[in-house]
Formats: sequence, C-alpha cells, structure tokens
Amino acid sequence: MSRKGPIPILRVGNVLLTTIHIDLQDTIAAAFQEDVLTEIEKTGAHGIVVDISGLDEVDTHVARILAETGAMARLMGTRAVLVGMRPEVAATLVRMGYAMGAIETALDVDDGLRLLGGRPKG
Amino acid sequence: MGSLAFESQTLSSETMAIDREEDIVHVRKRARMLAQARGFDAFACAALTTAASELARNVWVHGGGGQATLEELSDGNRFGIRMVFRDQGPGIADLERALQGGYSTARSLGLGLSGTRRLVEDFAIDTRPGEGTRVTITKWTRF
Ligand SMILES: Nc1ncnc2c1ncn2[C@@H]1O[C@H](COP(=O)(O)OP(=O)(O)O)[C@@H](O)[C@H]1O
Ligand SMILES: [Mg+2]
Repeated sequence: MSRKGPIPILRVGNVLLTTIHIDLQDTIAAAFQEDVLTEIEKTGAHGIVVDISGLDEVDTHVARILAETGAMARLMGTRAVLVGMRPEVAATLVRMGYAMGAIETALDVDDGLRLLGGRPKG
Repeated sequence: MGSLAFESQTLSSETMAIDREEDIVHVRKRARMLAQARGFDAFACAALTTAASELARNVWVHGGGGQATLEELSDGNRFGIRMVFRDQGPGIADLERALQGGYSTARSLGLGLSGTRRLVEDFAIDTRPGEGTRVTITKWTRF
C-alpha cells in the first residue's frame, strides 16, 4: 500500500476502516484525505468507517477535515461513518455550535461496520 | 483575616511560543496537563483544550504567530486556568462579526471565537488594527 500519511487504512470486507490516533495538522490532514480517496478508488469499497475514539479533543479545524473527508468519499459513491466520538467531545462541539451534520455517525466501530453492512449482525 | 473567596491568586504562569503549527498541539497538551492536575473533569478538560486549540490556531493562522501564557489560579474554593493568546498580527477589523460566528476570512468554519466564548467562564478580547490581538479566557473547576 502506498500511503502518503501516517494514518493506516484497513480493509474489512468491502468496507474501509481507519483509526485516527494523531493530530490532524495541515500536512497530515491533506495526506489522510488523499489516502482515503486513493484507497476507495483502489478497493471499490462501498463504505468507510472513521474511528476517532482515540481523540480526546476535536476542534473546529479537525471537525471540518473529518466532515470534508466524508463529503469527498460520498462524491465517490462511498458512505462514510464517523464512530467513537467521546461524550465530552460531542458536548464540546455542540456547545460551540457545530453538530457534524455533514457526516453520518455511529457509536463505535462495530456499529459503524454494521451500518455499512461490512459485518453480519450478532 | 484570610483571603477573600473571590479574590483570585495566580499560582503559576508560563509562556509558550506559537511559531509553528506543531506549537498549537504543544499549547493544547500543556493546557490539558494543567487542567487534569487541578481536577478538571473530562468535559471541562475538553472545553478548555478545545478553546486552547482554537485560539492558538487563530494566533498561528490569522496573527502570523505569537505567544500563549498559561496560568493556574485559585480563588480559595476552586482552581482555574487562565490563558492569554497574543499576536502582533493585523488585528480583527470587524470584531462584532468575527464574534457572531460563521464568519471567516480564511474560508474555514468561523466558529473558533464564537464557539470558544461558549466554552469558558471568562472571555475578553482586545484587538487593534495593524497592532495585534489579545484574547484572554478563564475556566474554573466546578464547585
Ligand atoms: N488572532 C487573530 N488575528 C487576526 N484576525 C483574527 C484572529 N483571530 C480571529 N481573527 C478573525 O476572526 C475570524 C473568525 O475567527 P474564528 O471564529 O476563529 O474562525 P476561523 O478561524 O475559522 O476563520 C477569522 O476569520 C479572522 O478574520
Ligand atoms: Mg479560528
């Protein structure tokens, strides 16, 4: 795999799974978005789960990058689901007036995969 | 007699440079360390560190770099963290609009200032065109 950035993207059936474990600064964010789009094209994945359970803080800059990535995936015909947002992160974003309306969300990776049909129920 | 309840005392003060994008992360991580050590809960920590990220990013993106000063406070009952972000950048021409939210001169979300204001107990901004901007925020532990 020829990833440009440090964030791994795994394949689970016909769905992609990526876990964001580092700060999405400008260069990393741009590389991440490119990697996601390249993987979608290469694999023909019909969905991507973006796990942010490792982030204890999401500012409006990171929120925008995540929403943008979801919008880019959607343009390629792929559903993007954001999972694992911590309660305090959700509360902070909503209080700031940002509700991540542009991207689908689910509780955790399992729920996200189920939503995309990447893993059987049970 | 002893100190008055609402007279706050500064317990520590440190200043960090914001010269590179990585410095935003340094400031935010330092703010988290201080807040956690002073007993802020997860929600207050997230609020404080998100505010730190927003304001440090503004210093870097809009102000062309600057400094952040982080202070630990006590009012006798609670601990507080005060943060001062300052730069010698262009200043904010239309402050009212910038504080309203949804307005950005950088084609970003424009929710940094208005959002930060809702995350902290005290928010003050001093900006002069051509001279720079200083934003001061304080967040307290709950009673
Ligand atoms: N430190 C600063 N120096 C100059 N202008 C600033 C500064 N901080 C904020 N601004 C102005 O206020 C606007 C709103 O800021 P903010 O709410 O953080 O949104 P954003 O950073 O997404 O543009 C910015 O677009 C910019 O024009
Ligand atoms: Mg901003």
